[in-house]
Amino acid sequence: MNDSRMLYQEVILDHNRKPRNYGRLEGANRHAEGHNPLCGDHVRLSLNVAGDRIESLAFEGEGCAICKASASMMTGAVKGKTVHEAEELVSEFRGMATGNLDPEGEHHLGRLKVFAGVADLPSRVKCAILPWHTLHAALNAEESVSTEESVSTEEE
Amino acid sequence: MSVVLADAPVLNVDAIRRDFPILDLVVNGKPLVYLDNAASSQMPQAVIERLVHYQQHEHANIHRAVHYLSETATREFEGAREKVRRFLNAKEAREIIFTRGTTEAINLVMHGYGRAHLAAGDEIILSSLEHHSNIVPWQMLAIEKGVVLRVIPMNDEGELLQEAFRKCFNANTRLLALTHVSNALGTVNPVQAMIDHAHSLGVPVLIDGAQAAPHKAVDVQALDCDFYAFSGHKLCGPTGIGVLYGKADWLEAMQPYQGGGDMILSVTFEKTDYNVIPYKFEAGTPAIAAAIGLGAAIDYLQSIGLEAIEAYEHELLAYATERMKAMDGIRIIGQAKEKSAVLSFEVSGVHPHDVGTILNDEGIAIRTGHHCAQPVMQRFHVPATARASFAFYNTRDEVDRLMEGIAKVREIFA
Repeated sequence: MNDSRMLYQEVILDHNRKPRNYGRLEGANRHAEGHNPLCGDHVRLSLNVAGDRIESLAFEGEGCAICKASASMMTGAVKGKTVHEAEELVSEFRGMATGNLDPEGEHHLGRLKVFAGVADLPSRVKCAILPWHTLHAALNAEESVSTEESVSTEEE
Repeated sequence: MSVVLADAPVLNVDAIRRDFPILDLVVNGKPLVYLDNAASSQMPQAVIERLVHYQQHEHANIHRAVHYLSETATREFEGAREKVRRFLNAKEAREIIFTRGTTEAINLVMHGYGRAHLAAGDEIILSSLEHHSNIVPWQMLAIEKGVVLRVIPMNDEGELLQEAFRKCFNANTRLLALTHVSNALGTVNPVQAMIDHAHSLGVPVLIDGAQAAPHKAVDVQALDCDFYAFSGHKLCGPTGIGVLYGKADWLEAMQPYQGGGDMILSVTFEKTDYNVIPYKFEAGTPAIAAAIGLGAAIDYLQSIGLEAIEAYEHELLAYATERMKAMDGIRIIGQAKEKSAVLSFEVSGVHPHDVGTILNDEGIAIRTGHHCAQPVMQRFHVPATARASFAFYNTRDEVDRLMEGIAKVREIFA
């Protein structure tokens, strides 16, 4: 039997209520925007990367509790990490959220394990992963990512 | 003298629920409460059995062969067309075109009428309540042909502004494409008056009836609309089948949408003569079983009665609205005076997707998102809403379960 409390644990609710590192970073040298057109989740990341280390980062945007808490906890988890370490977390988080990484196995996710429950909710996986996709884009100098590829009918 | 209102026809909902096997489902350990009927409704046993009977005893390709099965399938398929004709009170069965759904029906009009007959500078009027399926095809035409789109605005209740509507018309107006009932808010548009106004200026009208046909009796001759579109799966029928009604004069003047078998009279490499309507618009082998299933769904709905369905759902909506208004921290989006059984709402401080996930844990199915009506969301400055949409098989007990679920959402996010 499924219970909302399994997913909506206090740590997620707390980060949703009081997101950490929320806002725009002054003097940031990396930016990226992530967008999920299916539900309107929107994440904007600004980072300060010095050498191969993420000195600081901040996020802002609109989204569901899963997306906001994931973004908030992500900023805490990758601050001070090297680009390589951050990319490793991106890959591990994506693996866990899609059910391809055992949260009880060996990894560096730590408290991010609270998001393991989304693997059972296919419609919510993208909510949790969006901030991580956006981080990956920022670290690879891409300016925007979408959970869906899109073509606009608006004329240039 | 006092006026005595007749009691609303009472439905035997317990008996009706037994007709729908899926309603017995247990989801996450709790009895299913299915409140996503505006997206797709459930299928009664009679329709399921009709599909099985067709596949077991009647299937072959239609309009082709002289053998027994082909003639049987053709008779049943054309019989379904006649049922649709009666359902809409169309004048002739040849005015009924089977499509994949409402979306394809609208695209057919865009191609057959829009692409063939409209030119740069011509104008089409849409409303701000439209589903993407009645926006995007016209946008594609606007880009291709330089056609101009005008949009009827709405007020904060979700009602179209009638004075602004009348100002949308000018000498270049060529079509009014309007939804009968809003899928996102439930607003019932005053289509009769709007059609009459458009006709007084010589403008034809396409009505998107996807959210109306399952919930109220529709009479296309009384409405006098030029086109009317609806989908089978929203009225207890199968997916993959829908209907475009068009006045015969329009259909005769329109270009075919797709080319292929069944839509021709004769083909040489120099020239093709198109078949007569409706076959001109039904290229290739259609969804034969689904069309026959739609006919059975219409029989089922008519055995209950569309007037009785409308009255019952209206009462259920009134109950749900009253209960929701009594809760703290809930905003109902769309409070038109004339509404179909749709409740779009926001739980203060909680994203609709979180509402949907928590309700799902309680066995309650609602829709969360933009409902393929992003302009409506933009109008109310929300990215998405939670939407409960009711059918005649829903009950007050299920409304109570919904309210308990919303209370749990509020408790978790307190």
